[in-house]
Amino acid sequence: MRKLDYAGAIREATTQEMERDPRVFVYGIGVPTWSSIFGTTKGLVEKFGPERCFDTPISEDAMTGFGLGAAIRGLRPIHVHIRVDFMILATNQLVNMVSNYIYSTGGRLKVPLVVRAVIGRGWGQGAQHSKSLFSNFTHIPGLKVIAPTTPSDVKGMLTAAIRDDNPVICFEHRWLYWAEEEVPEEAYEVPLGVGRILRPGRDVTVVGLSWMNVEARLAADILARRGVSVEIVDPRTLAPLDEGLILDSVRRTGRCIIADCDWVDSGFSAELSARIHEKCFGQLKAPVRRIGFAHTPCPTVRELENEFYPNARTIVHAVEDMLGLEAANLDGEDFFSHERRFRGPF
Amino acid sequence: MKDEATYRRLFRTALLIRLVEERIIALYPSDRIQSPVHLSIGQEAVAVGVCDGLRPDDLVFATYRSHGFYIAKGGRLDAMFAELYGRTDGISGGKAGSMHLTAPQVGLMGSSAVVASTIPHAVGAALSFKRRGSDRIAVTVFGDGATEEGVYHESLNFAALMEVPVLFLCEDNGLAVHSHRPVRQAYRLAEHAAAFGIGSRRLEEGWDMLAVREATLQAAAKVRAGAPFVLEIATSRYKEHVGVGEDFHFGYRTSASVDAFKRRDPLIVDAALAKALEPELEREIDAAVAFAEASPAPGRPELLTDII
Repeated sequence: MRKLDYAGAIREATTQEMERDPRVFVYGIGVPTWSSIFGTTKGLVEKFGPERCFDTPISEDAMTGFGLGAAIRGLRPIHVHIRVDFMILATNQLVNMVSNYIYSTGGRLKVPLVVRAVIGRGWGQGAQHSKSLFSNFTHIPGLKVIAPTTPSDVKGMLTAAIRDDNPVICFEHRWLYWAEEEVPEEAYEVPLGVGRILRPGRDVTVVGLSWMNVEARLAADILARRGVSVEIVDPRTLAPLDEGLILDSVRRTGRCIIADCDWVDSGFSAELSARIHEKCFGQLKAPVRRIGFAHTPCPTVRELENEFYPNARTIVHAVEDMLGLEAANLDGEDFFSHERRFRGPF
Repeated sequence: MKDEATYRRLFRTALLIRLVEERIIALYPSDRIQSPVHLSIGQEAVAVGVCDGLRPDDLVFATYRSHGFYIAKGGRLDAMFAELYGRTDGISGGKAGSMHLTAPQVGLMGSSAVVASTIPHAVGAALSFKRRGSDRIAVTVFGDGATEEGVYHESLNFAALMEVPVLFLCEDNGLAVHSHRPVRQAYRLAEHAAAFGIGSRRLEEGWDMLAVREATLQAAAKVRAGAPFVLEIATSRYKEHVGVGEDFHFGYRTSASVDAFKRRDPLIVDAALAKALEPELEREIDAAVAFAEASPAPGRPELLTDII
C-alpha cells in the first residue's frame, strides 16, 4: 500500500467527499491560498472551483453562523481554522447556536457542519497560537469532538465527520501533518465514537490525546527495553467517548496515565480520570496520574516552552514512578525534536 | 387607493397576533407558561407586512420576540401554544419555548435569544439558494440593537462579497432592553450599509401594514435579483422588554412616545373591523389553548432525544 502523510490524508478525504457529494464545500481564512492550511486544502480550488473552496473575511463569528445556515439548508460545509485560538472568536455560534440547533428544533433540522481546528506547538508560537482547548468543547452537549492521531485515522474519521448529520469539531495537531503511514486509497469511514488500542501491553495503560500518542509510543519503546509493557489507548473521538475501551484496558493493567496535550486543570484528563475512578476504583493498583501542559500561558522562549510541554520523558518517568522503578538515565535516547523539521516562521 | 382585500387579510393576521399575545398575558399569572415571553404587541404590522410581502417559500430567521413572525409565516397556532406550555405536541416538544420558536415547514428556520446570532444563518441559507439557482430569499429579522454586534457588520460584508440573496430586516423600536439608541450608536444604519455597497431604506410608518408589505415587495425584488438589502422599519414596543406588563413606571421612557404610535395603530383605530373579527379569532385561540392544555408533559425519554 502507498504511504501518505497526515496532511495528505486530510486532503484526500476532503477531495473524495467533494467528488462524491456536490453539497460539500470547504472554506476559511487562507483555505484556497498557497499556504493552504499546512497543505491540507492544496489543489482543492483548482479542482472544484471558488464556489466550493473559498477564502473568507477575518470574521470567525459570522463565518461559523454562515456555515450553520448553509448546513441546516442541506449543504455540508467544512470550516477550517488555522489555529484553535482563532476559533474561540466563534464560541457564541458554536456553543449557543450550533450545539443546540438539532435539539431545540426537535430534530427537524440537521447540522452537517465540520469545523477543523489546528492545535499544537510550533516554533515559539507563544500564548495565542498554541492551545488545544479540548475540554471547552467536550463540555458542550450536541457537539462531536475528534482528535485523530494517525494518517489512516484522520482520513477515515474526517470522511465520517463530513457524512455525519451532527456538528463535528476536528482537532489536528500541527506536528502530526508530517506523520506518514500506509493509508488506503479508496474512501472509507472510521466510525466516530470508537477508540483504538495503538499498542497492546500489560503493565500500565497510557491514554494518549493527539500528539501525545507519538510521545507515548516512544516512551513505550524505551520502557519495553526495561521490561515494562505499556498499553496505549487512543480515544480518537473525545465526544462521544468510547469509555468501554478505556475502562477495559485499565481493568486489565490496573494502572492508568492520561497523557493530554492540553492543560490539566479542568481538562479532558480530569473528566477521564473521574470516570476511571468512578467505574474501576476496585481494580486500580494506583491512583490515575495525569500529564499535560504546565498551568501557565504558553511561554514563547524555547527554554520555557520545553518546560511547559510534556513529552516522552515525562511519560517514562511517570510510569517508573507508578511502578516503583528507579528513574532510568535517558541520555542515550533519541527524542523527537521538531526543530529538525521546522524553523518557522509559522 | 387602498386594496381592501389585502388590508383585511393583513389586518386579520395582525389582530390574531395581538389577541394571541393578549391571551398569553391573561394566562401568564396561571404559570402555565413557565418561561420568559417577549411580546410583540405594537410591532405586529412589521411581521404581517413583511411575511405577506415575501413568498411562502422564502425563509425567515428571527429573534426571541417572534410570536408575530411565527404566526405571520403560517405556523400552527395549536403547536405554538403547546410549545409555550412545554408540552409534547409543541413544535419542538417544549425544548424551544417562546424564545426559540422554529417552524421549518413554513419557513421559520430559527429564532435566538442571543441578539444578532441568527443574522449569519440567513447568509448561509442564502448561499444554498444561490448554489441551486433558486430565486428564493433568506430574511434575517433583528432589532436595532443587534446592529451594534460585530456579527452584523461581518454578515453584511460577507453577503455583499458573495452576492447572496439576503434581506436584512431591522425592526427598530428604538430600544435595546431599556437603553435608547443615542447612548448606543455612533453610526447611521443606511450609511453603514452603503459602505458595503448594500442598498437600504427606512420606513417610518411601521404601523402601516400595507406600507410595510409594499416596502418588503420592493426590497425582496432587489434581493431576488441577487443584491442584499437592508430594510429598516420604525415600530413601537408597547409592553415591557420581557414579561407581560407595561414598563412606563420605571421612568426610562414615557407613554407619550408609545401613545403617538397607538394613535396610528390600525388594530386600535379600526375598532369596528377588529370587533367584527374578534369572535372568530378568539375561538381559534380557544381551540389552540385547549390543544395545549390536553397535551401531555414530556418526561425523561424526551430529555434524551435529538442529542448525540
